[in-house]
Amino acid sequence: MARVVVDVMLKPEILDPQGQAVANALPRLGVTDVSSVRIGRRIEIEFEGEPDLDRAREIADKLLANPVIEDFDIHVVEVA
Amino acid sequence: MRIGVVTFPGSLDDGDAARAVRIAGADAVRLWHGDSDLQGVDAVVLPGGFSYGDYLRTGAIARFAPAMESIADAARGGMPVLGICNGFQILCEAHLLPGALTRNQHLHFRNRDQYLRVETANTSWTSRFLVGQEVLIPVKNGEGCFVADQRTLDELEAEGRVVARYIRGNPNGSQRDIAAITNEAGNVVGIMPHPEHAVEALTGPSLDGLGFFTSVLRALAGASAGGQQAGGQS
Repeated sequence: MARVVVDVMLKPEILDPQGQAVANALPRLGVTDVSSVRIGRRIEIEFEGEPDLDRAREIADKLLANPVIEDFDIHVVEVA
Repeated sequence: MRIGVVTFPGSLDDGDAARAVRIAGADAVRLWHGDSDLQGVDAVVLPGGFSYGDYLRTGAIARFAPAMESIADAARGGMPVLGICNGFQILCEAHLLPGALTRNQHLHFRNRDQYLRVETANTSWTSRFLVGQEVLIPVKNGEGCFVADQRTLDELEAEGRVVARYIRGNPNGSQRDIAAITNEAGNVVGIMPHPEHAVEALTGPSLDGLGFFTSVLRALAGASAGGQQAGGQS
């Protein structure tokens, strides 16, 4: 069976305060060599039949991502 | 005049918005998100809250509500629409207004009385204000940081479509201190602070919010009397 995975990330020019907060917490773990953290969203879609990438792209563009502030990437993964 | 106030699952300020409409002197018509029939209202207010739990993104799912599809059509036809807080987020998601509202830069929910400067009276919802007038209106949001690309921001400025700016402190990191914007026609306005909470001395910090609701009554009266478009043109 196959699953469509949609990764949604804020565009590079959009400030990510959540990512910054995580980055700022890393020194408390003793991690001092991280220069940037960005947080996104992973969405997994299962179709009843074969995965439909065009349909998934439409779903991502209209609903899952806001193209004003976010980019998305789509790929298919095989699941057992 | 009949002004609709939409209730989505998770709306919080629909009651206050309807009350503000009544205090301004109009009939408040409660509209349901699942019903595409706007019941012949003359204008619509999209209230604050957390429509559909704000799942995915604020306003992202509300945009596809049957009521919103009717409202988007009517708004493109010139009907005045005011989106407050979550309503502003919905208008951006519906592409009736440019830009987007994102997480407050400091990550805190901000709840306080906020001074704004009204930047244009050329909208259906601000004609009763003076340009440069300072008003005090409560702000309460977690995702009120207005963002857009530089070109869009420059366009908004050049076309006089920044409706209000935060003064004496920006509560959420919004670019260029933007608190409210309008569309090209001036009939659709999105505002992050809550004018409906500043309409009575007992509960609000001022009565400044009332002007938004009385403005639309004037715009509607002008539209029916003179037949011109409700939205003031610059």
